[in-house]
Amino acid sequence: MNNIVLQVNDLTMQFGGVVAVNNLTMEIRQGEIVALIGPNGAGKTTAFNAITGVYLPTNGEVRLEDEVIQAGYPQGKMKKLYAGENNGKYGEIVDWTPDKITKRGIARTFQNIRLFKNLSVFDNVLIAHHMNMKAGLFRAAFRLNHAEETAMRQDTWELLKMVHLDDVALERANNLPYGKQRHLEIARALATQPKLLLLDEPAAGMNPQETDALSDFIREIKKKFNLTILVIEHHMNLVMDLSDRIYVIDFGKLIAHGTPEDVQNDPAVITAYLGVDA
Amino acid sequence: MRVKNPKHTWYSILLALVILAATIYLEFNRSKYGMAVSVIQKSLIFAVVAVAMNLLNGFTGLFSLGQAGFMAIGAYATAMLTIPVERMEAVYYMSGVVPWLMSLKRALSVLPEPVLIIIAMLIGGMIAGLFAFLIGIPVLRLKSDYLAIATLGFAEIVRGIISAPQLDQFTNGSYGLKNIPGFGSNSLSFMPDGFGVLLVPLFASTILIGFIVLVINSSYGRAFKAIREDEIAAEAMGINLLKHKQMSFVLSSFVTAIAGGMLAMFMRSIEPRAFSTIITYDILLIVVIGGLGSITGSVLGAFVVTFAKDWFLRFFDVPLIIGGFQVPFLRIGFRMVIFSILLMVVVLFYRRGLMGNSEFTWHGFFNLFRRRLKRPEVMAETSGGSMSPIIIAPGRDQAPAPLIPDPPGGEPEEEADEEAADE
Amino acid sequence: MGSTYLLQQLLTGISLGGAYALIAVGYSMVYGILMLINFAHADIFMMAGYFMIFSFAAMPWPVAIVVVILGTILLGVTIEKVAYKPLRSAPRMSIMISAIGMSYLLQNLATYLFSALPQAYPAIPGLKKLIKLGDLNSSMVTFVTPIITIILVVLLMMLLKRTKIGMAMRAVSKDYDTAKLMGIKINQIISLTFVIGSALAAIGSILYFTDRMSVTPFSGTLLGLKCFVAAVLGGIGSVPGAVIGGFIIGITETTLIAMGYSTFSSAFTFLILIIILMVRPTGLLGETLTEKV
Repeated sequence: MNNIVLQVNDLTMQFGGVVAVNNLTMEIRQGEIVALIGPNGAGKTTAFNAITGVYLPTNGEVRLEDEVIQAGYPQGKMKKLYAGENNGKYGEIVDWTPDKITKRGIARTFQNIRLFKNLSVFDNVLIAHHMNMKAGLFRAAFRLNHAEETAMRQDTWELLKMVHLDDVALERANNLPYGKQRHLEIARALATQPKLLLLDEPAAGMNPQETDALSDFIREIKKKFNLTILVIEHHMNLVMDLSDRIYVIDFGKLIAHGTPEDVQNDPAVITAYLGVDA
Repeated sequence: MRVKNPKHTWYSILLALVILAATIYLEFNRSKYGMAVSVIQKSLIFAVVAVAMNLLNGFTGLFSLGQAGFMAIGAYATAMLTIPVERMEAVYYMSGVVPWLMSLKRALSVLPEPVLIIIAMLIGGMIAGLFAFLIGIPVLRLKSDYLAIATLGFAEIVRGIISAPQLDQFTNGSYGLKNIPGFGSNSLSFMPDGFGVLLVPLFASTILIGFIVLVINSSYGRAFKAIREDEIAAEAMGINLLKHKQMSFVLSSFVTAIAGGMLAMFMRSIEPRAFSTIITYDILLIVVIGGLGSITGSVLGAFVVTFAKDWFLRFFDVPLIIGGFQVPFLRIGFRMVIFSILLMVVVLFYRRGLMGNSEFTWHGFFNLFRRRLKRPEVMAETSGGSMSPIIIAPGRDQAPAPLIPDPPGGEPEEEADEEAADE
Repeated sequence: MGSTYLLQQLLTGISLGGAYALIAVGYSMVYGILMLINFAHADIFMMAGYFMIFSFAAMPWPVAIVVVILGTILLGVTIEKVAYKPLRSAPRMSIMISAIGMSYLLQNLATYLFSALPQAYPAIPGLKKLIKLGDLNSSMVTFVTPIITIILVVLLMMLLKRTKIGMAMRAVSKDYDTAKLMGIKINQIISLTFVIGSALAAIGSILYFTDRMSVTPFSGTLLGLKCFVAAVLGGIGSVPGAVIGGFIIGITETTLIAMGYSTFSSAFTFLILIIILMVRPTGLLGETLTEKV
């Protein structure tokens, strides 16, 4: 129960002179729901991007089940510019592409929904199965992988049923109501059969009822798919309700972490959010 | 998954038979319909190139402008390998032929001509595919603009190198190549002489376009569409961007080069000048008029544009005097001005083109007549819509009705329809 | 012979590079602001050549030069208003197709109006005069081109660095959306970019064609490609970068021609493009851009 799924060590992301994520260390254990919170611009999404391979860490490393998937240290111009900590601790560059990381078991959603808007709901999910396809271009074109293709479609239907999107399967993704689009994005991520699911502000723009429904939905999929989840969120009710543990960052730096109760009462967190000394 | 109307399948078979019958009729009466035969041949070839371009532009969201170069590679490979050995001296009368090419051709001359032609086209296609692959390595990692400029440059370079005097013994430089066997000249012994002028290109185009349609409807095609829709999301779905872009680019270039080989057979004699950037723009015109992201649109566009350009609108280029009064504007070049204005009008005002991003379906076809009566929703859909092509996957019923001004009559669509209609 | 010949070639190369630089700046600035390869730019340059042929025949040459520059500016700005402005919120592919469509239209229009045959370019008095400078023997235009280029680019840099409008232009090219929010009149800035780009293309066309002596509807195609490569080499979006790129491409090309590889000189330009894209896609002076996710 205590296996560490994701381990982030001394992660620093610096763009030019701006340090967006500063020496972030965190770990997520099997079966946990962990939240990453912080005020706007605190560097949460940047951390996500570094974990999923969109950016190469300026310094630090990311491990998935103890395998290094992303690692970096200051190079080139950054050698002089680097303003973070732990310079020299890491000497290895590991830069997995996002698709490789997805294949390895981390799926994600995006803050500003990124669906394949003009494709059907069904195809959106079906595409996620493509990465595990064994057939090459010619076999697939001539339908020599019929069994495989049928299985993919079957799995897609089952997943859509499980997440209650089967009734809109043939709709264009763009035509779905906002809340359903969020659900679809999560379903699409699930179709990659992740070990770890990263949700970037899943409740953004949702009303309280929708947020409650989402909360139930996340719990439901966690159970059904045996997931570990890392979520970035602003809705405090959702975060406090869902998470086992919370990491709080401000200006890219970790300022607190612990159980929801611990964090709620932490003076540093109150300062960061309210901007006054507690 | 989709409810299939069995009636529609019969319509498709019927249409295919009608096209086949019409082709055979024209084939037997080709001396009477010389113009039609040649325009149809050209349309079929351009349909292939347009569909290949659409695979990239419309389905993968990449912009390649190298069509002229890839066609030139295919055309030259086909020409050099298929010009009869005994005619080579006459063709390369200026500088002679490189010995190794001659020995290669002698070795290959044991093959029956149709086989040789197919091999030559495949070689052309593979060379083009290899170049595409090499260009793709540095360029496909970058924004799609760079692919456009790199391929445009590549096409110019290919033309420059083919016409280089240093390569006279190989490509015959700017003198061009003649005596290329045509579609009818290689008919099998049991057929009447010259048979196949239309059936051969029809058959070849059907296979090539059909193959692209199969790819688009496969899982790889879905991956291409995902890349077109949103690269970052596609990558987050585990799709290797570089690999899939390479696939699409190489496949498109391969098919384009084979169509270039067909063009060489159609023209019978080729020269570097025939493969200028203008030809790429002509194909882009077809793709845009047909609709980015629609295979049937590209096929339809190829026929509409080629028929208009090479036949119906030829009078634009001929000075006309009625009753001693010269009709203004009509002289050489006017036709192309009209076509470029047409392209701009389509880009600016009818971004969906003829078919938008939907494919031809019987359902849509019949709806078209019904909608004539009550049209407003269709217009609402088309006028404001962005050009980002839509693939109407499962639910055909949700498909926005194609905007075809005139019902496709006779030749225009063929293979692609049926293939596309039954995924 | 040796060193004089070399110097002579170098001079030709610098001169050609100057003309390239003027055109490359137009590509670079438009790309910097609109993220668009203005495919029509090369054809605007070609049309400027025809403008000169006709205005030279109709009026004294100093007036003709002014008319050509104004006419080219008008053409460039009109193209922007007609073909690019309506597509500002459209997908990038459409605006790119629109640019290609404009290029296609201008080429076909030129073929229709002036025929595909080369038309003789007028000799502007003084520019074709042979000048002897030590052992160097060249026409006036060869000496003048790099000087004019440098002067114009310095003026442009001053405009960009010192004036308010220049600052606005830099702001738009740095961050289009934020600049818009800051109340910068985007359309005005874009028009100005096309005014500058077209004016430089017109001057470049006078200098280039005086040397080549004839214009065809396709004069711009390959040249446009080389100038775009020059802009990429220097770092797209950067004015000094485009100038450096222009000179590098011009000098390499003349060197290759001097060595007897004239047919492969454009292939070499292409090779340069591929190499930069592999090694340093941001060019010599460009900045790295990261996409927001």
